[in-house]
Amino acid sequence: MPVHRRLSPHLGIYRWRVNMLQSTLHRLTGLFLCAGVLLVSWGAIAAAYGKPAWDDYVGFCTNPIGILLMIGWSWSLLFHLCNGVQHLVHDAARNYGPPVRDLMSMPVYWATGWFVVVVSALATLLLWAVLGLRMAGR
Amino acid sequence: MNIAGQPVSPAPLKTALGAGASHTGVHYWWLQRLTAIALIPLSLWFLFFASALVGIDYAGVLALIANPIHALLLICLTICLYWHGAIGLQVITEDYIHSRPLEMMLKVGIRLGAAVGCLACVMAILSVWLGATLHG
Repeated sequence: MPVHRRLSPHLGIYRWRVNMLQSTLHRLTGLFLCAGVLLVSWGAIAAAYGKPAWDDYVGFCTNPIGILLMIGWSWSLLFHLCNGVQHLVHDAARNYGPPVRDLMSMPVYWATGWFVVVVSALATLLLWAVLGLRMAGR
Repeated sequence: MNIAGQPVSPAPLKTALGAGASHTGVHYWWLQRLTAIALIPLSLWFLFFASALVGIDYAGVLALIANPIHALLLICLTICLYWHGAIGLQVITEDYIHSRPLEMMLKVGIRLGAAVGCLACVMAILSVWLGATLHG
């Protein structure tokens, strides 16, 4: 006889808030970063394998699609990193739960959520500005 | 629901509290956090390391990787990345794959794939550090 477990309320009842964006992006960037791990491994193996293999790797990373992917990976890493730090803070039961979340007098919960999104985007811009300047200087 | 239409909890609350029925539920949660904490400094360092690789020639790349501190940090990074990633993929699989056989196959594939990928990457870093090539 099947056990009928009660389900928690799902998407239909939620008011849209930044933590939903964070949660979704954390998983999506996490998935994308798993592909990034394979790219890093490819780089290490190519470097160990010899110059032709390394040149193939550099060719992949520096063509226009490769650059777009690199920008995606760098932002994914920075977002997952910033959001992960906030996640750890929440795991330590700081700035978390109904008393903090629902009090309009303590909007820090939502503010830090947006802070994470904005800081990761700004850090990505900064990284690519520095990389662009370095490449232009060569 | 039972026959009378009342919700039935499959497990009494007392067995769900604390260690739970299996006594091992917290292990992967803890490993996920442990690797996450390690990855904060490691991934920040890696951004600088990867940026330093941009635009330099092959000999320079080998020299950077062969620096013992860099090689050590790269190996730590590789292990933490694969570990953290494998647990994350496993959680996603458990959440969204509702076919039990497919879920089990994916979990086995994720574990074994991560182990092989991690070892291959560590091997490559070690071979650059020790000055040996992978293709003999």
